[in-house]
Amino acid sequence: MSPVTKADNTPSASFLAIDGLTKTYNKVTVVDRFALEVEEGEFVSLLGPSGCGKTTTLQMLGGFVDPSAGSIRLEGRDLIAAPPSKRGLGMVFQSYALFPHMTAAQNIAYGLEVRKVPRAERDERVRQALDLVGLGAYGDRYPRRMSGGQQQRVALARALVIRPRVLLLDEPLSNLDANLREEMQIELRRIQQTTGTTTILVTHDQTEAMALSDRIVLMRAGRIEQIGGPEAVYARPANSFVARFLGKTNLFPGTVGADGRSISIGSHVFAAPAAATPGATIVAVRPEKLGFGEGGIRGVVRNRVFQGTQWLVELDTEHGPAIVQRQNLGAVPPAIGEATGLVFEPDAVHLMAPEADK
Amino acid sequence: MRAISRPLPFLLSIPAALIFVIFLLLPLLGTLILSLQDFSLATGIRPVYELANYVEIFSDSYFFDIFARTARIAVFTTLVTIVIGAPEALILMRMKAPWRGIFLLVALGPLLISVVSRSLGWALLLGGNGMINQALMSMGLIERPIQMMYTEFGVVIAMSHVLMPFMIIAVMTTLQRLNPQVENASHSLGAGSFTTFWRVILPQMLPGIMTGAILVFAMAASAFATPQIIGGRRLKVIATLVYDEFLFSLNWPLGAALAMLLFAVVIVVAIGLNRVAEGYFARMYK
Repeated sequence: MSPVTKADNTPSASFLAIDGLTKTYNKVTVVDRFALEVEEGEFVSLLGPSGCGKTTTLQMLGGFVDPSAGSIRLEGRDLIAAPPSKRGLGMVFQSYALFPHMTAAQNIAYGLEVRKVPRAERDERVRQALDLVGLGAYGDRYPRRMSGGQQQRVALARALVIRPRVLLLDEPLSNLDANLREEMQIELRRIQQTTGTTTILVTHDQTEAMALSDRIVLMRAGRIEQIGGPEAVYARPANSFVARFLGKTNLFPGTVGADGRSISIGSHVFAAPAAATPGATIVAVRPEKLGFGEGGIRGVVRNRVFQGTQWLVELDTEHGPAIVQRQNLGAVPPAIGEATGLVFEPDAVHLMAPEADK
Repeated sequence: MRAISRPLPFLLSIPAALIFVIFLLLPLLGTLILSLQDFSLATGIRPVYELANYVEIFSDSYFFDIFARTARIAVFTTLVTIVIGAPEALILMRMKAPWRGIFLLVALGPLLISVVSRSLGWALLLGGNGMINQALMSMGLIERPIQMMYTEFGVVIAMSHVLMPFMIIAVMTTLQRLNPQVENASHSLGAGSFTTFWRVILPQMLPGIMTGAILVFAMAASAFATPQIIGGRRLKVIATLVYDEFLFSLNWPLGAALAMLLFAVVIVVAIGLNRVAEGYFARMYK
């Protein structure tokens, strides 16, 4: 095992405490001082683009990658010293990693057999696990004879049946088609709330992270960019990376007036939602919070897409490209080539420091 | 009936079919016909059609002993290649570059050398004055040379080496299909390395081991060069016996009947093993 420096030897009060977790491969730091405290029963997502270190972090939790530095404590117990088989964590792999030579029920029973759970109790728990994931009638099927969604459910049941202290999910829904993915998201949330299992999910899908999590950990290039609840992170992104990664957003260069109470984007001046630091700023406005009207920021419609429940309108403005999302309530947005003004409520904006925009 | 309206696929498969018929089916048919004919030194081969050769083979324990020896050598050779080849394939798969490539070449390299040269090499090692006996005697482990040449033991050793690459290739092919995360999944469920190997890895290697066993058994049962060189003239197997009947006794019909029986045994064993394997593994891979 790699040398591990413990930043703090005193047991942390939180259920799962990760501190200073670092992984370096040949001088390339893949995960850089990852720190996170998770409460019991919480659902936390590690979200970021590929190569951000989220999967490596999960594998260090699972014990499949040795950390270069840092500590992982579960209920005060040091996890890094324990091999994967002794950590008591449930893991669902991206490829599901089902045992192809065993039926669904045998797959689920495996962890209990290894733990020498008596036969009667084992059969009962396997049955409950199959019911929990809605596969009560499929116990005798082999994985090859099951759909992706069903295999996914078997993998989940197999990980949950051992009653893990923490459930680790590695992009579990990425191999499913869009409709099934949405269905499984709801299912996953229901199951997690039923069992109350502390869960850590790795995903690159922001919708998935927002739909499922109590808290989101946004990562980029091995570092944590922001931690917070889905609504908070969406409404108040720490920087433009987070703002762009979590849904679409409009970023306009602006200036906060000397009194800190007014903001100007070019000639458009409006009241600051809260006292702000005077000087240059970046004004972020979500597309669904922009509307068409007189005044505001001037722009010309470049493209207009009808999506059923909503309209998506792209514009070229005097301050760069902009995107507007309008719910389809009957009004038709301006046509392509038409000049219009973009208006918004003053409290719809979120200010970000320009230097945060790397 | 769409196939008839599209003759191109059939036309394109004619060359391969011709090769198959001319070089495999016709000679087999010729051998079958020959095996029904009669031979004596006075008359030569007489074009009759009777089962006298087969009756002779089944009624003479001399032939039964040789069939039994051939089967024994083939079975033991198969077992040795499984016991050594399967773990070897597993180890090779786990090696990292460049070692995997290097050791794969070492493992499969014997295929590049003629079976005759390799068997002669083993004769040098196994002989009464061979390197193995000399080494054992100089270490004081044995007083007189162990007889290894002209024994079934020696033939099995040499043949296992000759046929090992086929087992390794067959097992490696199935290991390449194995999802590497499956092993981690087993660990995460609380299983140690031994349980993981026994309950997760080995069952998934079985299809490859079965394929390798069919290949090795068929080649070991019909091998000629190695038994001829290591076994010598006294330790006959079917293939060397057929050779003798054709070239020394000049009894071609009897040799042909022996060849047909060897062919039948190998086909039955191969198809039987394949049936068992397919029935057992269909659920995993279909």
